[in-house]
Amino acid sequence: MTDGITSDQILGPLAAAFPDVEFRQVNDPPQDVALVAHGQYRDFVAAAREAGFDFFVDLCGVDYLRRQPRFEVVLNLLSHVHVRRLRIRVGVPGSEPTIASITGIFPGADFYEREAYDLFGIGFDGHPDLTRIVLPDDWEGHPLRKDYSVGSVPVRFKGSPRAQ
Amino acid sequence: MSDTPNVVTGDFETPTVEPPEEQAGSSPTGATRREMRSIWVAGTEETAWMRNSTDEGAQEMLEASVDPAIQAERGIPVEDDFLETEATDNDELQILNMGPQHPSTHGVLRLHLELDGETIVRVKPIIGYLHTGMEKTGETLTFLQGGTNVTRMDYLSPLHMELAYSLAVESLLGIEIPERAQAIRVLMTELNRVSSHLIWVATQGADIGAVSMLIYGWREREYVLQFFEKVTGLRMNHNFIRPGGVAADLPDGWEDDVENLLDVVPKGVSEYEELLNENPIFRDRTIGVGVITPDECKALGVTGANARASGIEWDLRKAFPYSGIDKYEFDVPLGKHGDVFDRYLVRMEEIRQSLRIVRQVLETIPAGDYRTTDRKVTPPPRKRIDESMEALIHHFKLFTSGFKVPAGETYQAVESPRGELGIYLVSDGRERPWRLHARTPSFAHVQALPTMMTGSLVADTIATIASIDPVLGDVDR
Repeated sequence: MTDGITSDQILGPLAAAFPDVEFRQVNDPPQDVALVAHGQYRDFVAAAREAGFDFFVDLCGVDYLRRQPRFEVVLNLLSHVHVRRLRIRVGVPGSEPTIASITGIFPGADFYEREAYDLFGIGFDGHPDLTRIVLPDDWEGHPLRKDYSVGSVPVRFKGSPRAQ
Repeated sequence: MSDTPNVVTGDFETPTVEPPEEQAGSSPTGATRREMRSIWVAGTEETAWMRNSTDEGAQEMLEASVDPAIQAERGIPVEDDFLETEATDNDELQILNMGPQHPSTHGVLRLHLELDGETIVRVKPIIGYLHTGMEKTGETLTFLQGGTNVTRMDYLSPLHMELAYSLAVESLLGIEIPERAQAIRVLMTELNRVSSHLIWVATQGADIGAVSMLIYGWREREYVLQFFEKVTGLRMNHNFIRPGGVAADLPDGWEDDVENLLDVVPKGVSEYEELLNENPIFRDRTIGVGVITPDECKALGVTGANARASGIEWDLRKAFPYSGIDKYEFDVPLGKHGDVFDRYLVRMEEIRQSLRIVRQVLETIPAGDYRTTDRKVTPPPRKRIDESMEALIHHFKLFTSGFKVPAGETYQAVESPRGELGIYLVSDGRERPWRLHARTPSFAHVQALPTMMTGSLVADTIATIASIDPVLGDVDR
């Protein structure tokens, strides 16, 4: 798909400015996906915003456990002008799960980065208030990681000898 | 992990708080014990737990060094009579905790409001009281069971949740949906938009004092819910729209019920408009309240009716049509001012436009299958199971282990009554999703609350919260 991208009116200049970024089209109807390196993430998001993808839609984490890099941050951008979406995927190493925050570019990423921090333990460098958002402050672990088991609550039956 | 400098665990702070150095300089400044902080019976000794129970906890707003009451508890000398202290910029600021049990927060939303007299200086939404880990649950359910999970996220528009989820699964499966199934999907989701907007206008009216509005809105919504009950068997959390189509065909005589709805609901909407549009109290409490500009909407991810009330011409049904909704004619209402009143006008018009779509579905719905005939995805008809071994095996496999979805990732979004509702789905080629993420509109809208409320009066808080139509199941998931 990289051949077609240079002729693309909107993504072409982006691809030219960031030769290391791999563009893909998946599914039908096609969705544009950009695979970005960890170090280029913030610059690429800023460039995408300049290119017209100025509506912040979504940011979430994914844990691929046995893959390197282990985590992935997936960012969904939207362009009202071009009526197009762009999904940006960036790998985050499991040994040191931190990545640049994009709250300076899209203030709307604030809650979403806090959620990814809360549920995956991915740190966002430069976030103004990186605290847990949906879980209590004293919660241990990050539940959406694949090595965090679902667990269960033991059922206590009335009258059973084990009931306390 | 602990020595990574990137993980900030600081408190919420903006420049509006006075720096603590100034406090120390002009010594007694407001550093006064506020006796009303803790509650105890006069004559008894105040115990430690009473103090602690009213202290701001981990999610405090003020820094401890700034809060005079905390200074007092730490033994920093303070004067006893706070009336004698000099006025400072800081001592008028008061923190009001609203919720999570407040009836006007539409669930369990909690707000920290920092007030300067009647004016809101800062707002901090605190969420998570309804968090039940539904994204984690989604990873443990098969693709067929997943609908029961997502439908409980946004409980006022469950059919839109199911539709977004089904579209995501179908996009990975690469299957075609029959036209009749698509028409049923459009019919049901547009009626769901009507019922959701009706409950919105009911609660918006009730929250700002028009209590009779609550009864009226519920009255018309009841007709829609009765239709849902007849079609799906349930009034909410239907699990009706499933990967591959819908769960069942429309029941006999559904046309009459929809005709009845198309007759009753517009009459109701006209009644509301008669009641509210020129009502001076309603106008005073909504016009110019909770304003958000188009640029702020874009920056904060505000979508749907809230963005359209600000004048952003954007509707996913027009931009990225799904389920063949581009076959039907409808208009997208736009507001100008981005205030609560415009949000009300936009939603009222959206009810009419949705009913217009429903009318067209009623007139043009094609005959045919209500789900795909791909037996790897949808079960065979009951009659075939008695005759065919293959059908029996398909049925058995489908309901014991489910169907496999090819590896890949996809994002599918629909225009829910609240805004852009997206499902990001990652499959590793097995029967269960590897990752199921719901991009829910209310989450972004709660995030935009501080922008709408800062600088407004505390009395407008409730009108503003209600106007963004938050569903806390949608926020916390």
